[in-house]
Amino acid sequence: MAPRSISFEPSDTYNAFLTTCSRAEYGDGPLAGTAVAVKDNISTKGIETTCASKILKGYIPPYDAYVIGLLKNAGAAIAGKTNMDEFGMGTTTENSAFGPTLNPCNPGRVPGGSSGGSAAAVAAGMVRMALGSDTGGSIRCPAAFCGIVGLKPSYGRVSRYGLIAYSNSLEQIGPLGKTVSDVSTLMGVIAGHDRHDSTTYDKPYNHSPNPDIKSLKVGIPQEYFGKGVDPGVAGVVKKAIERLEELGATTVPCSIPSMEYALAAYYVTCTSEASSNLARFDGVRYGPAPDWKKSWHDAYRDVRGESFGAEVRRRIMLGTFALSSGYYGKYYAKAQVARENVRADFNRIFRDVDVIAGPTMPTIAFKLKEKTDPLSMYLADILTVPANLAGIPSISVPCGKSEGMPVGLQVMGRMFEDERVVDVAFAFEQAVN
Amino acid sequence: MAGAENQVIVGLEVHCQLDTKSKLFCGCSTDYRSDGPNTHVCPICLGLPGAMPALNKRAIEFAMKVAKALNCEIITEAEFSRKNYFYPDLDKAYQITQYDKPLALGGYLEIESDEGGEKKVRLTRIHVEEDPGRLVHMGNAERGKYSLVDYNRAGIPLIEIVSEPDMRSPKEARKFLNKLRATLEYLSVFDSEKEGSLRVDANISIKGSERVEVKNITSYKGVEKALMFEVTRQKNLLRRGQKVDRETRHYLEARGVTQSARSKEQEHDYRYFPEPDLRPLRVKSWLDGIVLPELPDARRERFVALYGISLNHARTLTGELKLANFFEKVVKGDPEGLSTLAATWIADTLIGELNYRDMSLDTVEPAAMTGLVQLVHAGTITDKSGVDVLRVMLDQRLKNEPAETPAAIVKRLNLARTTGDTGAIATAIEEAITENPRALDDYRAGKGGALNFLVGQVMKKTRGKADPADLNRMLSEALKKKEA
Repeated sequence: MAPRSISFEPSDTYNAFLTTCSRAEYGDGPLAGTAVAVKDNISTKGIETTCASKILKGYIPPYDAYVIGLLKNAGAAIAGKTNMDEFGMGTTTENSAFGPTLNPCNPGRVPGGSSGGSAAAVAAGMVRMALGSDTGGSIRCPAAFCGIVGLKPSYGRVSRYGLIAYSNSLEQIGPLGKTVSDVSTLMGVIAGHDRHDSTTYDKPYNHSPNPDIKSLKVGIPQEYFGKGVDPGVAGVVKKAIERLEELGATTVPCSIPSMEYALAAYYVTCTSEASSNLARFDGVRYGPAPDWKKSWHDAYRDVRGESFGAEVRRRIMLGTFALSSGYYGKYYAKAQVARENVRADFNRIFRDVDVIAGPTMPTIAFKLKEKTDPLSMYLADILTVPANLAGIPSISVPCGKSEGMPVGLQVMGRMFEDERVVDVAFAFEQAVN
Repeated sequence: MAGAENQVIVGLEVHCQLDTKSKLFCGCSTDYRSDGPNTHVCPICLGLPGAMPALNKRAIEFAMKVAKALNCEIITEAEFSRKNYFYPDLDKAYQITQYDKPLALGGYLEIESDEGGEKKVRLTRIHVEEDPGRLVHMGNAERGKYSLVDYNRAGIPLIEIVSEPDMRSPKEARKFLNKLRATLEYLSVFDSEKEGSLRVDANISIKGSERVEVKNITSYKGVEKALMFEVTRQKNLLRRGQKVDRETRHYLEARGVTQSARSKEQEHDYRYFPEPDLRPLRVKSWLDGIVLPELPDARRERFVALYGISLNHARTLTGELKLANFFEKVVKGDPEGLSTLAATWIADTLIGELNYRDMSLDTVEPAAMTGLVQLVHAGTITDKSGVDVLRVMLDQRLKNEPAETPAAIVKRLNLARTTGDTGAIATAIEEAITENPRALDDYRAGKGGALNFLVGQVMKKTRGKADPADLNRMLSEALKKKEA
């Protein structure tokens, strides 16, 4: 049978897409004919993949990421590539070399990031589902800010092969959708072992969401309602948790003391890995050709200085510093210890509870250009990075509004219990709709 | 013998390409040498964004074979790390290698020491890493118009074997390398004939002075030459009362000298950290499944015991896998009769004649060599004629001419020994003495060289066919007569 195709030429009011596919072919399968948007850091054969960076402008991958192959096999139509913070480095999608994405709930606000384009495309109804990637909250944050569902799978559950690496040890590709069912369906397509990615496990996802959460134990960490968390947001989330109790769950207060160091551990780790991952973008094979009359040291410096955005340059420098001889033990090695502590805290808590719940983000979506200093931007990731440090699954599901903007309920689960966090989100979603 | 204050201290870091079929982290073929640039590449070895390494188990097995053969300890949890540096031949701008958790630690390799006898050179570690690509400079690397990058080599598995500073001369370093090469070849994990399959960095110092690292040595002979140059350079400095700087130097093969690397190259901070795309390597248990073949030392002992050949011959013959196999094929039909003779002919004569012609052993069929040794063994030809026959054999192969059997060559050139044909020898002796009256005088004056000279003259006249025993006896008799 000849391949069928959909035409995808939306008026992209929110600048959600960097590339749209006017003719997107699809085949048979559970997603036959479904338009799926793909974050622009996931390699798509024959479709420009830029990571929203000038340095990758014009780069057309000669191969598909593993998940793209799976999507195509499931019959999905790749509708286009979505905007993001450059190389995933940001929480607003303002750090795109190709302009910010706007939040469909309020175009004066950011959609969150870094998978802001994917979230906006789903929230605006341009596509039914989308792929994002989550290094420190990059799926859950925009899902929360745009009022949709986003899942960060357990580390190793989805192949990263073809995902242009920002921080290999932290990130996962994951699904975004308007409903938990859609997210679950997409997760079923992309999960599983891939021999190309040695960090994947043979844990396919074959699950239909089940709304029964009777006798479920939910841990409520005090840190998720403490300093820095907007009281309006906290209030909405507390109400949502009460809703879970009404559905038969019991809540248990708990504490994650290691969170004090989580953000620092996260930023040391991700910038270190990024400084290495992004070193290959040097003007020889990617980016605008430098002035080759100069020595190659100078030529590299020029290209990298001009083609990376400010936040990317900042993180490369931070990471380079953290890995430098004499500092490795002080920063990178220490960060790994802190990371172990986060893991240990979660393991301890998960002996007593089935899932942990709290807000996804400490605030509602920021206004455009509201966050200017990097540190306050980094602080916004405080509630999402623990799941990445520990590798555990975490979902954000819309749970109400504060100041007219969506608020996300975050549910984290034990390693490889992605099904359970999906079930909790599904139960909540079914109860409120 | 140099005084202890002038003691040379050498340690080596040897990079060997493992002879696997595919690269270390992808499925690309390693058989790239006869193909065009960038033809054996894929997203992984090109370091394309998003591509991830997937470890080739075979390469780890090969490396573990080496570790076992060299008596190393496999560590319980090894790890790959990234070595970060910018260089245009490095596809990802980092090399995946092993840093603080290498595959194997310790171990040793036995070599023949300068003082004679065996000595152990201790090993520090063995680790596995990927080869970078290769730059082809159009003109000089610094001032040339441009350079081209070929990633065919990128991702070829390498092992780096690091020795302790246990060698005491350039010659011992050479012996270490030769022994290492032989061991790797016996293990079938390495092909020394592939260009660039071995690269050496050498650390050398004079006891009490700073250590110099010589990088970029790409040949077996180069190691000895580079180190000899360094010994002279460093000793000269010390003799003049200057000090040796701790530095990195490059070996310039064509000129046979070392040259200080620019200081910029010495300031590298590689910012090692664990490769997050690969899992830790827990492979110690594989050791049980690794069965080692007979290694050079064992084979040497067997050659001495089984074939009754000298230790030196056995050492030479087992020093290269091909040579050892060749010897065994040559004597297979008649080990008792041919072994000692074949050992001499192969180790002393054949190797020299091959080297002189820059020919490979592969061009000589063992059966042809057997034929030659049999002719000598049977007394059909003299040693001298044997050499002539061998030269004809090799020249025919070198020129791609039809190869005659040794017997056919003997017949065509009429080289059969003139045993019993004492008439021809007697005539030659008479002529030689008559033509060289000075030699006769010298002989009478008691100069020993005169006899040898006359033997040579007679051999020449009989074209080497004279039985040496007949010749010596008859010449002595003839001279005695003249004296009387």
